[in-house]
Amino acid sequence: MSDASTSSILGRASPETTAAALATAPSFVSRHAPTLALVAVLAVLPLVLPNAFYFDVVIRIMANAVLAIALNLLIGYCGQISLGHAGFFGLGAYGSAILTTHYDWKAPLALVVSAAVVGVLAWIVARVILRLKGHYLAMATLGLGIIVTIVLTNEASLTGGPDGMAVGDLNILGIRLYGERVWYPVFAGLLVVAIWLAGNLVESPAGRALRALHGSEVAARVVGIDTASFKTRVFVLSAVVAAIMGSLTAHYLGFITPQVASFHKSVELVTMVVVGGMASIWGSVVGAALLSLLPDLLAHFEGFETVIFGVILVATMIFLPRGIVPSLLRLIRREG
Amino acid sequence: MSQFLQLLFSGLTVGATYALSALGFSMIYNASGVINFAQGEFIMLGGMVAAVLTASGLPLPFAVVAAILVVAFVGLLVEKLAIEPARDADITSIIIITIGVSMILRGVVEVTLGKGNLTLPHFSGDTPIAIGGATLLPQSLWVMVVTAVVVVALAAFFGRTRVGKGILATAHNRLAAQLVGVDVKKVLLASFGLAAALGAVGGVLITPIATTSYDAGLMLGLKGFVAATFGGLGSGVGAIAGGVLLGLIETMTAGYVSSSYKDAVPFVLVLVVLVVRPRGLFGLGSSDRV
Repeated sequence: MSDASTSSILGRASPETTAAALATAPSFVSRHAPTLALVAVLAVLPLVLPNAFYFDVVIRIMANAVLAIALNLLIGYCGQISLGHAGFFGLGAYGSAILTTHYDWKAPLALVVSAAVVGVLAWIVARVILRLKGHYLAMATLGLGIIVTIVLTNEASLTGGPDGMAVGDLNILGIRLYGERVWYPVFAGLLVVAIWLAGNLVESPAGRALRALHGSEVAARVVGIDTASFKTRVFVLSAVVAAIMGSLTAHYLGFITPQVASFHKSVELVTMVVVGGMASIWGSVVGAALLSLLPDLLAHFEGFETVIFGVILVATMIFLPRGIVPSLLRLIRREG
Repeated sequence: MSQFLQLLFSGLTVGATYALSALGFSMIYNASGVINFAQGEFIMLGGMVAAVLTASGLPLPFAVVAAILVVAFVGLLVEKLAIEPARDADITSIIIITIGVSMILRGVVEVTLGKGNLTLPHFSGDTPIAIGGATLLPQSLWVMVVTAVVVVALAAFFGRTRVGKGILATAHNRLAAQLVGVDVKKVLLASFGLAAALGAVGGVLITPIATTSYDAGLMLGLKGFVAATFGGLGSGVGAIAGGVLLGLIETMTAGYVSSSYKDAVPFVLVLVVLVVRPRGLFGLGSSDRV
């Protein structure tokens, strides 16, 4: 790239520099090969998916993948577990639902305001709690998530209680988003943007600092990295992403219950990250796909779904302790 | 006054169960640094197994002892089959394993013993004892007395026996314990067996009052985790104090403030405690090793 830009500054393109510019082109492709492959697959999928059911499956995978990527920034790169991320997701979902239904707000405004409120809440929590380490943070986030679920269940006049509430469609710039085929490109676009942004963040100086944190927080602090401020920003970022995805999912589904914020959902998100591979963006995509598909795949084993799900979790962690993607990459490299 | 006394009794009863659950958490945390999310399932399993055995005609005392032994054995199996093979994995991965184990236990119980609510007969009748205008179930006395006995027995075990001291030593410094000849592998195995047995004792004691079902373990386990954090993870005294306090505050809130927000109380409380005293009420400060 540098050769090409120098030549354009000098205003003459010698054959060598043109060749150099061409030679750098494949490096862009190879660097972004997985992302480009994903874009290709996402572009072709709508042509081959037979019906709305399969569109819905892929949409759920994409939504979970975005959530898992954001959470992985916190778990994989900051070494912090959040067992209450579904709480932020639920706040986003119910924020949009309540503001549009009970207060007649425009859906995009409701989405932005819900995400902003969650951001502020996450910031306050982070300021107080992120100085705690390890399992205390897990406990605090777990508590937060459960409190959100209990409030959503009990404030029935606003939330419809355990039975849930209906959510209207989302209109953006005069386009009404309705049905699987319209939502598909929205979630597909979000997934690609999430992968691209996360990739940039991981490779940025801040990202390197984040990896240092997971390695050793004390060491990172010694070399002059403001660990608390990094952790706070990543925590807030992942919470805001969860809230936005919550709002979008609420509009997409058209109906939500307090289950969206449940401990079970939080655990599912952490599991996607860990099974796919901590500190691996593609791991989160694989983890999200696997865990979103499992319930459907296991539906044939009437009654045994929970057992098989548990066995798969335990076996993955024992035989692929770094998660699927990093463990497999390591195997391939050793073979090659 | 009689209402206060009534709430005090049920608070102490619930608190004793939380304390047993919290002790199980602390024990495994000490031995391995892992939060065992399957602890609640041990409680559920204790109650379910005892209930099924009594229903099939076994006399209550035998059913209770058998249930505790079965669950302790399950605890050993869990350590052997799921935790030990992953010894080198990241702590986060091991936490995920315990979540997987809890799903397996819950799923197996759901498939084999069904989804229904099961209960046990009260240990010595269900005629309430009247005290100062309030009533106390004999079963509540059982819960409190047995918990107290267990706590004393554990204190003796850790303070006076070789195995107990070995577990404590490992908790303080794994490598040093290994160097002076403690078999840390066995320590982990023993902690899982003990923690499972403790959970089962709690489950068997509370089932006559609260009944149990395949999905009862999650909330009981989470509250045990809260109680352990509340008192200071890894501290025995903390686990007991945390459990009892939690039970009392939860019951008082249900009685005087709002019963629908009863389940939120422990979680609000633990957030407050973490902010004010980040290592819990009785937790010790520690520095990081680089």
